[in-house]
Amino acid sequence: MATCVKLKVNGKDLIATLQEFYRSVVASPMADQILAPMLPANGSMVMPTLTEDPDMLAAADPLAPSFPLNSAKMVCRLTRTDPGGEIAAVMRPCEIRAFVELVKLKQGSFDRLLIIGMDCLGAFRNRDYLKFVATNGKDSSRQFYSQALAAKPDADPSDQLAPACRFCDQPTAANADVVVALWGLDCEQEIMIYSQSDKGARLLEALNLETASLPDARERYLQSLTDKRKQLRQQMYADTTAATGGIDKLGAYFCACVNCYNCRVACPVCYCRECVFVTDAFDHEPSRYMAWARRKKAVKMPTDTIFYHLTRLAHMSLACVGCGQCSNACPNDIPLAEFFCTVAADTQKAFDYPAGSDPRAKPPLTEFREDEFSEIVGID
Amino acid sequence: MSEFDPVIIAFVCNWCTYTAADLAGTSRLTYPPNVRLIRVMCTGMVDPQYVLKALLEGADAVLVSGCHPGDCHYINGNFKARRRIKLLKEILPRFGFDPQRLRLTWIGASDGVQFAGVMNDLVAQIRQLGPNQAKLQMVI
Ligand code: SF4
Ligand code: SF4
Ligand code: FES
Repeated sequence: MATCVKLKVNGKDLIATLQEFYRSVVASPMADQILAPMLPANGSMVMPTLTEDPDMLAAADPLAPSFPLNSAKMVCRLTRTDPGGEIAAVMRPCEIRAFVELVKLKQGSFDRLLIIGMDCLGAFRNRDYLKFVATNGKDSSRQFYSQALAAKPDADPSDQLAPACRFCDQPTAANADVVVALWGLDCEQEIMIYSQSDKGARLLEALNLETASLPDARERYLQSLTDKRKQLRQQMYADTTAATGGIDKLGAYFCACVNCYNCRVACPVCYCRECVFVTDAFDHEPSRYMAWARRKKAVKMPTDTIFYHLTRLAHMSLACVGCGQCSNACPNDIPLAEFFCTVAADTQKAFDYPAGSDPRAKPPLTEFREDEFSEIVGID
Repeated sequence: MSEFDPVIIAFVCNWCTYTAADLAGTSRLTYPPNVRLIRVMCTGMVDPQYVLKALLEGADAVLVSGCHPGDCHYINGNFKARRRIKLLKEILPRFGFDPQRLRLTWIGASDGVQFAGVMNDLVAQIRQLGPNQAKLQMVI
């Protein structure tokens, strides 16, 4: 049974309200420590930070439009073996989806973890966020969330948002133990928190807060928001498909790629310790380059760029959760999230596997059925 | 004008299709020399990467061929291979690779005749399809 409670927002200060909530979580028997997005002492980039000290939580800033990395990988570091205590983690919906995939790949565990999800207001790209903070200073996060919460759900999303957030159609925290609800609520007065698991329900009971029920307005807001986002997403799929529909166009799409592989490092679901593309399998003999140049008339260096991106599609598109960190990490602004999400939409549909949504569903390449895909066998 | 001579890379499993190819050879069956066989222990070990590499380097088609269902020496490698080929077939056509350029067949160890037949048909089909555009592109 889902439990729902409400939290009074004092002085219209949502951030302080959430900080108080986090303190109560750490004070409860359900968590010993909490991983939450926090501002470093003298910096402005919000980073997942682990603490048990209530005072430290004054630096928690979960509504900042800052998303420097997908925290799923960090939560794996905290849960890959028994951490020896209970950990609560504040995560965005796409971070939870990535974590679901990583748990299936045996990189982390739900066992001693309590996930605090939230209605995600989105984030800016790193560079845009830093500019925003430079202009707005300490008031940045408040300005951002006030505007985001005041926006109509069917309005065009702010173009300050990272592209992946603009077309994100899963902005609610599926698979979180508890969810902080913001949309469709009068957040200047109160916000609500509801449970999605037994663990979550136990937490909310332990906190002894006034129970509530989610207003219909939230459902309506969400519906309208996701409809709008789905529409934008379809348009993005169509544009990306047109921009990459051929090997020559693909070459143009990736013409600024310098093979730095930041996109793979930033990708939460690319979990190999050593990517094949950085092994000596790719230290080609010098004579190979000359042979390529001869055969293909010319060869751009570094080589293996398209090969790398297509391989990543084959290896990881079934697990892509659409977080946009690949785009965020690219030094040359290649629209990677668009590319990955577009292809992932097809591959995930082919295997009926929406990545990150069902912790029990096995990754498609780890299982099979005997009676499937017979149409692709044979050569007639 | 000389006829287009396709290059076909075939990843064949040691236990079935490779044995069939051997049998075709010793039975003096003929099939076109366009097919380059790469022997793997099982189709279940053909990483999508191998297929991508071959196609980007300019192979006109890639064939993956292993044991019939139930005959895989590693129990179910062929079923896993089928999923990977399915995956690649979702990815490659959107970048201009004709689906015909990636094929999966199951040819048993004693099917020398079938092996030669498949190779003949495949080469004919790819000849008709024409060269893989990636061959001449600078992109790798
Ligand atoms: S490919 Fe990009 S959008 Fe998809 S999970 Fe990885 S970083 Fe996120
Ligand atoms: S981050 Fe950008 S430049 Fe670096 S490998 Fe990925 S696409 Fe290429
Ligand atoms: S051994 Fe032949 S396909 Fe597995």
